Amino acid sequence: MLRFIFGRLAVLIPTFVGVSIIAFSFIRLLPGDPVMLMSGERVMSPERHAQLMADLGLDRPIYIQYFDYLLNLLQGDFGSSIVTKRAVLADFLQLFPATVELSLCAIILAVCLGVPAGVLAAVKRGTWLDQTLMGTALVGYSMPIFWWGLLLVIFFSGYLGWTPVSGRISLMYFFPQVTGFMLIDSLISGQAGAFRSAVTYLILPTIVLATIPLAVIARQTRSAMLEVLGEDYVRTARSKGLSPFRVIGIHALRNALIPVVTTIGLQVGVLLAGAILTETIFSWPGIGKWMVDSVFKRDYQVVQGGLMLIAAVIMVVNLIVDVLYGFINPRIRY
Amino acid sequence: MKKLSTLLAATAIVTLMAGSAWSKTLVYCSEASPEGFDPGLYTGGQTFDASSRTVYNRLVEFKHGSTELEPGLAESYEVSSDGTEYTFKLRPGVKFQTTEFFTPTRELNADDVIFSFERQYKADNPWNKYVAGASWEYFSGMGFPDLIDSITKVDDLTVKFKLKRAEAPFLANLGMDFASILSKEYADKLAADGKMELMNQQPLGTGPFTFVAYQTDAAIRYKANPDYWAGKEKIDDLVFAITTDAAIRAQKLKAGECHVMPYPNAADVAELKKDENLTVLEQEGLNVSYLAYNTLVPPFDKPEVRKALNMAVNKQAIVDAVFQGAAKVAKNPIPPTMWSYNDAVEDDKYDPEAAKKMLEEAGVKDLKMKIWAMPVARPYMLNARRAAELMQADLAAIGVTAEIVSYEWAEYLKLSSAKDRDGAAILGWTGDNGDPDNFLDTLLGCDAVGGNNRAQWCNKEFDDLMTKAKATADVAERTKYYEEAQVIFKKEAPWNTLDHSLVFVPLSKKVSGFVMDPLGIHRFNGVDIAE
Repeated sequence: MLRFIFGRLAVLIPTFVGVSIIAFSFIRLLPGDPVMLMSGERVMSPERHAQLMADLGLDRPIYIQYFDYLLNLLQGDFGSSIVTKRAVLADFLQLFPATVELSLCAIILAVCLGVPAGVLAAVKRGTWLDQTLMGTALVGYSMPIFWWGLLLVIFFSGYLGWTPVSGRISLMYFFPQVTGFMLIDSLISGQAGAFRSAVTYLILPTIVLATIPLAVIARQTRSAMLEVLGEDYVRTARSKGLSPFRVIGIHALRNALIPVVTTIGLQVGVLLAGAILTETIFSWPGIGKWMVDSVFKRDYQVVQGGLMLIAAVIMVVNLIVDVLYGFINPRIRY
Repeated sequence: MKKLSTLLAATAIVTLMAGSAWSKTLVYCSEASPEGFDPGLYTGGQTFDASSRTVYNRLVEFKHGSTELEPGLAESYEVSSDGTEYTFKLRPGVKFQTTEFFTPTRELNADDVIFSFERQYKADNPWNKYVAGASWEYFSGMGFPDLIDSITKVDDLTVKFKLKRAEAPFLANLGMDFASILSKEYADKLAADGKMELMNQQPLGTGPFTFVAYQTDAAIRYKANPDYWAGKEKIDDLVFAITTDAAIRAQKLKAGECHVMPYPNAADVAELKKDENLTVLEQEGLNVSYLAYNTLVPPFDKPEVRKALNMAVNKQAIVDAVFQGAAKVAKNPIPPTMWSYNDAVEDDKYDPEAAKKMLEEAGVKDLKMKIWAMPVARPYMLNARRAAELMQADLAAIGVTAEIVSYEWAEYLKLSSAKDRDGAAILGWTGDNGDPDNFLDTLLGCDAVGGNNRAQWCNKEFDDLMTKAKATADVAERTKYYEEAQVIFKKEAPWNTLDHSLVFVPLSKKVSGFVMDPLGIHRFNGVDIAE
């Protein structure tokens, strides 16, 4: 196992270098530059533009800028935002817990509802229940996040008044950020009602962010289950007189879970992409919103640093998923 | 140890906030995160709302709801007869805010004023590059580096600005956000501690609100400054809840999660007006949108061709379609709320037949042109593509074939200022300081050709008037020059002036004392909220 992990870690290094090249060049391929956007409609003289580009080190040949960047990265320096002048890593560490908290809640919701829905649809294959569940999943998968989020806000927050509109917690609660996870920090704060407030603020963004992964997981579970349910060993288990719960829950589901776990691992990328829109709708102070703002402002340092850090997170999650396979299915050996 | 001290500081802040109670708290749903808290470094309105208008003051201030100036930290000033020396007498007894991170030991004096300006243009000042890429964009954009000769301390409460030439808009420029006065004592302390970057993260000034904390991209918290020289504010706490989506801001306001919001979607305004718990304030924005011809390129170098094209466009239809009525057709390059606006000027009348005839008379046949449409919505032009399409149809009616082109925003800004630009560009302007010079000379002066002057129009008569208007501080005389300049502008038609948009601020009926500002500032001094 350790050999496998070290092997995978070795593969991560060239991947990381590749990502750094893409992250570095992607933002620079976009037309315009941060200095130009700083001044807005007010035109900057070419001399002043050149001077500011030089101040930011953006006048140097691109390969020198890249190697400089790589050298700094190796020392753990992700640079500072061209716009806010704050350190990219510090901002990332401050904002990332918000995204993780939301993503975790969303993936938990998606798994808790998606897996049972997929199992149920497979077991009741061809019935109205199957059709309804899979039809709903298809609708969920096709739903534009922005529209869906706004719809939920207007209905649940605006019309019914059941949930708050946006933010992470009611503004009347204010306490130091210890872990960055609002659910935990609100408990640590000891302020009455803070935890409850944090939970209510999580409901709508969680539903919105979970919608697409939920649909994907449900459909994947259904197809994996259908495949497994047709296997000889399941028929054998049934013929031995085992209860349907044992046949489906233990024998079939465990094997069906392998592709499902892969899918869940892949959803991390989907969640981070979905977080960009969800965070914008719900004013959720996470990295999605931070990255989008930075792309619009051509904040090179933030975009490239943010992409590197996100890529690192996704790579680590995928590594963990690979390791998990061994635990789910002992036949898999490394 | 560092973590422990951070925790203790934060706990102290919490106690402070808790002590001040939630009852008199005003929540403002701001439209974006501040870029930072040093107003000299930035150009964004959200940054100014969060820093200069809450935490800081200036030597002179714009009166609430107007572009007129009133005394700020300077209780009086004198201008030399040649207009090159401004001597400011500072208000005595002005205290800087006492915060968790700094306790001032002295009151405002001339050193603070000199520090606040010199850091923006003296390359040898240690604060000139205290953060990477510090560019002092407004200071430079308003031409201060070439204008200021020296700033000297006459005595503790008197400071003198010596200019290289007479420049009447100078005073109005001092009311702008970049001219906020910072504490030199605080700066010295930060420099001594090796923490200069905190000037941009933990602001400290003389303004009505004391900065408490910024939760990145989420909220900014302030409390009323008990030592404010103009008296403590009626509200105890002020919170900016950062809400970037306009539709969500409207929902938050309706749900009572915030009390004031800026920039609603035009489509939401009618519904917000129907809400019995809300009031929607509206005001003409200090802005203009225009279609700038390139007057260096034939046949747009002929005023009669430009006028003919202007007459072919139904501007009211653009205002109706793009703004759903929330704008007014523009006839002058400055908005009607600005002093010196010449209402006697007659706009080019919408008359396609006459336009067609004029083009023929000018010898122009089968004209093909490009219309540049901005790719982004701005307060003065919500949908340039739609406006361009309407113009395209109007021009087709007089036999002109127009092709609509667009570029990414940064590219658009750059390419649209090129002297050899092919086509007429839609763009606009929002005033910085309420001075007509900020529109007329900035956008149409000869010096701005190849830059802000997107029409590349240089008219000697017009330019002479700009120079004369700058050289005198007499408002009546300046008004005369600017009125005359608007007549020349209309006759020459370097632009088709499109619209002046309306600006809305919906707010809870619990809020009193909030005044809309023509400069687009959102400020909360003088505001109260019913409990």
